[in-house]
Amino acid sequence: MSAVVSPIREPLITGGKTYHQITEDIVSPTEKMPGKAWVAAFTVSVATLSFGLFCIAWTIWVGIGTWDLNRTIGWGWDITNFVWWIGIGHAGTLISAILLLFRQKWRTGVNRAAEAMTIFAVMCAGLFPLIHMGRIWLAFFIFPYPNTRGPLWVNFNSPLLWDVFAISTYFTVSLLFWYTGLVPDFATVRDRAKGIRKRIYNFLAFGWTGKAKHWQRWEALSLVLAGLATPLVLSVHTIVSFDFATSVIPGWHTTIFPPYFVAGAIFSGFAMVLTLMIITRKILKLEDYITVNHIESMNKVILLTGTIVGTAYLTELFIAWYSGYIYEQFAFYNRALGVYWWSYFGMMACNVISPQIFWVKKYRRSIFITFFMSIFVNIGMWFERFVIIATTLARDYLPSSWSYYVPTWVEIGIFVGTIGLFFVMYLIFVRVAPVVAIAEVKSILKTSGDQYTKEAARANYDKMLHEKPHHEHDHAH
Amino acid sequence: MKEYQEVLYGLYDDETELMDAVRKANADHLDIMDVYSPFPVHGLDPLLGLSESRLHITGFVYGALGTLTAFLFMTWVFTRDWPIIFGGKPYFSAPAFIPITFELTVLFSAIGMVVTFYTICGLGPGVTNPTLDDRITDDKFCIAFETNGYSDEEINKLKSFFSSTGASEVNTKTI
Repeated sequence: MSAVVSPIREPLITGGKTYHQITEDIVSPTEKMPGKAWVAAFTVSVATLSFGLFCIAWTIWVGIGTWDLNRTIGWGWDITNFVWWIGIGHAGTLISAILLLFRQKWRTGVNRAAEAMTIFAVMCAGLFPLIHMGRIWLAFFIFPYPNTRGPLWVNFNSPLLWDVFAISTYFTVSLLFWYTGLVPDFATVRDRAKGIRKRIYNFLAFGWTGKAKHWQRWEALSLVLAGLATPLVLSVHTIVSFDFATSVIPGWHTTIFPPYFVAGAIFSGFAMVLTLMIITRKILKLEDYITVNHIESMNKVILLTGTIVGTAYLTELFIAWYSGYIYEQFAFYNRALGVYWWSYFGMMACNVISPQIFWVKKYRRSIFITFFMSIFVNIGMWFERFVIIATTLARDYLPSSWSYYVPTWVEIGIFVGTIGLFFVMYLIFVRVAPVVAIAEVKSILKTSGDQYTKEAARANYDKMLHEKPHHEHDHAH
Repeated sequence: MKEYQEVLYGLYDDETELMDAVRKANADHLDIMDVYSPFPVHGLDPLLGLSESRLHITGFVYGALGTLTAFLFMTWVFTRDWPIIFGGKPYFSAPAFIPITFELTVLFSAIGMVVTFYTICGLGPGVTNPTLDDRITDDKFCIAFETNGYSDEEINKLKSFFSSTGASEVNTKTI
């Protein structure tokens, strides 16, 4: 059975690769000693992580009072960072699940790293609600377990508890999905390794041999997990938005929040994938697998979701005016022109205005511009969460309660520390696991490798040349 | 289960050759033990007579179990075990149970299916299955025959099958 090759689609794997070359290119970074760039990045990440751990320890030892939260502003950088990280953690599952269902082949180049990123981002996110509790040693109270206090159950009607279930489910399912995809690739690494590495990868590969029946089940499992993960990924940020939307705070109590949060999550997640992939492909020399076409496809998603987010911002403003409700109107006037006007401005500039340059194909395909845009989007999305949380809370119903909030060094340190944690995990990941899904890339080689697409394009051209006189002949009669 | 298996296997360089060889083996009524490949080869399953995986059915069953567990448990807690009024809402406030019910449906289904997958495939942490050739997870496609108690004539028949279908290598191994 020969594969059907589109004569017009651009190749997703360049460099005329063979199956063996794919294995060689993707596995070899895990077999070599790390380069200077890796060691430097790892050192910096470990240092920032250590400082973050110190700040977390400080918070737990001294208490939440060491943050500058006050009676009016009860959520500050902690919840901002939580929502930011959870949002970033949305791209991985979107790429691997939703794009699998849509049969988007470009997913294969980036899904592994994006899923890894998802898992690490969710870990960073999960830290914030835990330390925000104040008494972290009682964190197990959030689980409904039979206890000696009655048993007294948790409040299943509370969005904060829904969040516990949503995020722990999301983390578990993402991890299972990611690891099941990794098993055949770990087997590839195992079969090339020697000595102690072979023993380690033998353990990680779960005894995979590549039997036809196993592959069939593996594909069935991936497809159903993708089908489950698709509504799951949409539900997670929907439920995060319920934390706000089910309250009675003007500016939070809106039905637009779920779709707006989900679009924003995909937007920031893709931006983080681009930031990481642009560096990874360069350092690990994976330009043949993560091509400019992959980057362009992701930029299109950024443009779409950025525009959805922008539409949501404008809709919020319109509805606030149209509602005729002065508290709602004030909430939005305050966001744009109040004490935190600069964060609203940063959000609008980074999230709505700057992604519009991606209407131009040249910019979508520019690695330099994409890299800076991806950083802008991440900054903009952080501002969005800060705008929603701090700006809204700063201006309470009672003007006597109005307040202002500036984070302390501890809060900044914890945020920087989670960035350190994220990069420590990611850097370890690129050293020990194949960064690109080897088996999946091999399975699209015959349809998307450049030697095959060129051949198909040539055949198509020949066919057209051949057919043309024939048609004219028909018309003459 | 036998103590050991003598296996005669041939390696192919391309999935197209593999598929043609499997077709020929079917035509010659050869009893293929198994086919190994570095990635899923589409269209191979019907040739090998493999029926469609029923893993998705187990996924549905586990999911349904999750739905019932979550919904019935929350209903029991708030109507029987410890009824509390939250915000003037009824004890049985079904809409508020939906998010957790959904999450547990997905969680049960995913965990159940993954555990089932590894169990029925005989895979898992610390499991070591015998492998025929290290290049099968790289770029070789393999057809294997079990040759326990085969006569030389039968083995030669298999070898000529491999050479006629373009196998790049033919080896034997006891696993």
